[in-house]
Amino acid sequence: MKNRNIPKKLQDNLITIGIVVVCYILVMILSATGLLSNLLQGLLVPLCAYIILAVSLNLTVGILGELSLGHAGFMCVGAFTSAFFSKCMENTITFAPVRFFLALLIGGLCAALIGFLIGMPVLRLKGDYLAIVTLAFGEIIKNIMNVLFIGRDSHGFHFSMKDSLSLGLEEGGDVIINGAQGITGTPKDSNFTIGVILIVLTLLIVLNLINSRDGRAIMSIRDNLIASESIGIHITKYKLMAFTISAALAGIAGVLYSHNLNSLMATPKNFGYNMSIMILVFVVLGGIGNIRGSVIAAVILTLLPELLRGLNDYRMLIYSIVLIVMMLYNWAPNMIALRKKAANRFGRKKEVA
Amino acid sequence: MKKKVMSLMLVLAMAVSMLAGCGGASASGSDTFKIGGIGPTTGGAAVYGIAVRNAAELAIKEVNAAGGINGYQVEYKFEDDELDNEKSLNAYNTLKDWGMNLMIGCVTSGCCTAVAAESSKDNMFQLTPSGSSTDCTANNDNVFQVCFSDPNQGIGAADYIGTNGLATKVAIIYDSSDVYSSGIYEKFVAEAANQPFEIVSAEAFTADSKTDFSVQLQKASDAGADLVFLPIYYTEASLILTQANTMGYAPKFFGCDGLDGILGVENFDASLAEGVMLLTPFAADAEDAATQKFVADYKAAYGDIPNQFAADAYDAIYIIKAAAEKANATPADSVADLGTKMQNAMREITVDGLTGAAMSWDAEGAVNKAPKAMQIINGNYSLIQ
Repeated sequence: MKNRNIPKKLQDNLITIGIVVVCYILVMILSATGLLSNLLQGLLVPLCAYIILAVSLNLTVGILGELSLGHAGFMCVGAFTSAFFSKCMENTITFAPVRFFLALLIGGLCAALIGFLIGMPVLRLKGDYLAIVTLAFGEIIKNIMNVLFIGRDSHGFHFSMKDSLSLGLEEGGDVIINGAQGITGTPKDSNFTIGVILIVLTLLIVLNLINSRDGRAIMSIRDNLIASESIGIHITKYKLMAFTISAALAGIAGVLYSHNLNSLMATPKNFGYNMSIMILVFVVLGGIGNIRGSVIAAVILTLLPELLRGLNDYRMLIYSIVLIVMMLYNWAPNMIALRKKAANRFGRKKEVA
Repeated sequence: MKKKVMSLMLVLAMAVSMLAGCGGASASGSDTFKIGGIGPTTGGAAVYGIAVRNAAELAIKEVNAAGGINGYQVEYKFEDDELDNEKSLNAYNTLKDWGMNLMIGCVTSGCCTAVAAESSKDNMFQLTPSGSSTDCTANNDNVFQVCFSDPNQGIGAADYIGTNGLATKVAIIYDSSDVYSSGIYEKFVAEAANQPFEIVSAEAFTADSKTDFSVQLQKASDAGADLVFLPIYYTEASLILTQANTMGYAPKFFGCDGLDGILGVENFDASLAEGVMLLTPFAADAEDAATQKFVADYKAAYGDIPNQFAADAYDAIYIIKAAAEKANATPADSVADLGTKMQNAMREITVDGLTGAAMSWDAEGAVNKAPKAMQIINGNYSLIQ
């Protein structure tokens, strides 16, 4: 009983990963027996991407304790760099898994690099100011992608920030990133199995980080900056570490996302402020700092609007009402008290998320 | 703990089986054609999606009342894609679960390209009313367009200005964040090199900065442009016209089909649009009987004056009907067989519609029809030759 704490954490982590694996097996059985609808089959890969995004943002918001509203920006970096790579290499590396593995590395590394560069100045800020700066950063990334033109011909790559004509491509050269029209014709390399493997890897990275010495240092910064500084914790280092890992994982999610779509465009909808808020909603609803909660919330909130399609134009209304109700259920103090009472009545010692 | 794990598993199993249950494939219903539509009915581009949804519904009601296609009734369902490529795939999959065997959509180019990549795998027949990018049809044998492709519009506009000697110095104001606008812009500039006029300024704006155009107009004015080409939508164009008037700059304005609807903008002084020229396949106040009937019916059913998107969608349904009759298609055909039959028929038929007479389709899936040049005279669109 002395070491109870450590095995319990391990057990908890195993349950989280176990849930993912069991879901994976169930889905595979269902799809093999043909019971899975087309809609759900199409949703599987985006679901994986959103889960990874939610878990990675939880690292920044829940563990590091800093509010970031630019998470979609990192996803955008990962999505575009990797789609660019895959498009260029489509005919050079014909074996899809290898190409996708390299794309994942490139997307993740580019997002991590950007996260590192952004993090250095930005993490000196706190609270609202940090949120505003990350928000601006996300918008900047999206807008850069909208004016970026890259083409390729026999002379190599051509860049422009104006339009695809000023690339000056010779006859037969192709425009790879075409400004607002984005990248068209990314090979569809991602699939559900790879997505689940990436989720498990993400969970392993994040959960292990939390339970490590570094993770405890990061959480001490969250809980009391001055106290942790006084005991010699290198604040900047640990902040940057959490932020960069979070960015890299968001980049990976972006890779998964972009390799599931034939045409990738940076619209306000998928890489703008809306998406950043959406990911934050997953995290808040699932419980700040609660990784398993993020996974479940991401699944529910992604599926909900699609399963409500039968309600036509009312679905967005219903969706928002459900969102409000779920937030109240999870976080309203009265509701928490009520749930505790109910749990006691049923004789269970249920801890509150 | 064990109990907890068990209960969790049970909950999960239940949830998953519930979800799976939702997607009961509806293989039945082989006595009706099921036409699915995809477009934005919520959000910023909802105007276009709703126009397509309504006009297609109107046409399908007419078709059904007249006995259907090859004697089979038509069922119709329209799904929202929120102008998001990812959501449009979800919409496509939802429609597949519903049992769609013919598709009209998507309304916008980006979504259309994303869905076309999937629909070509299923060989689902897809006819887009307004997805004008060439990416929609390129490499996808199953996809056809009702509207002009962007390059055709850009080339057509440059050609028209050049041949008719409308100007010697041309300025362009376009939306670089919009696929439609930048697509036309690029082809216009490329074609302009072969034309007897010169492009003296080309200024872009983006979706984030589309309220003040004084800088772009000033540049056009300073460069001495006598014609401003506006390959944009009418909302922004109405602002440009107002601001040009305030500055006292009065060049000729020339636009594409996106400008259709400019006379209906609220709080816009329509007299400012006097003399504006546009290449568009459809004008709601055209004199011919078919257009007038369509406009009256649409107005009676939905309370709005239909725009060009609506006309494209209305035509799309009749094109599907013509192709299906040519191919002798029946709902009993599998989706892929139907796709092949319809594709072959599409390359043979010619259809007279609201947006063009004797429309035919090339191997790529792009439409051949004559562009109509309109000019706004006395607050009305009138055809110029």
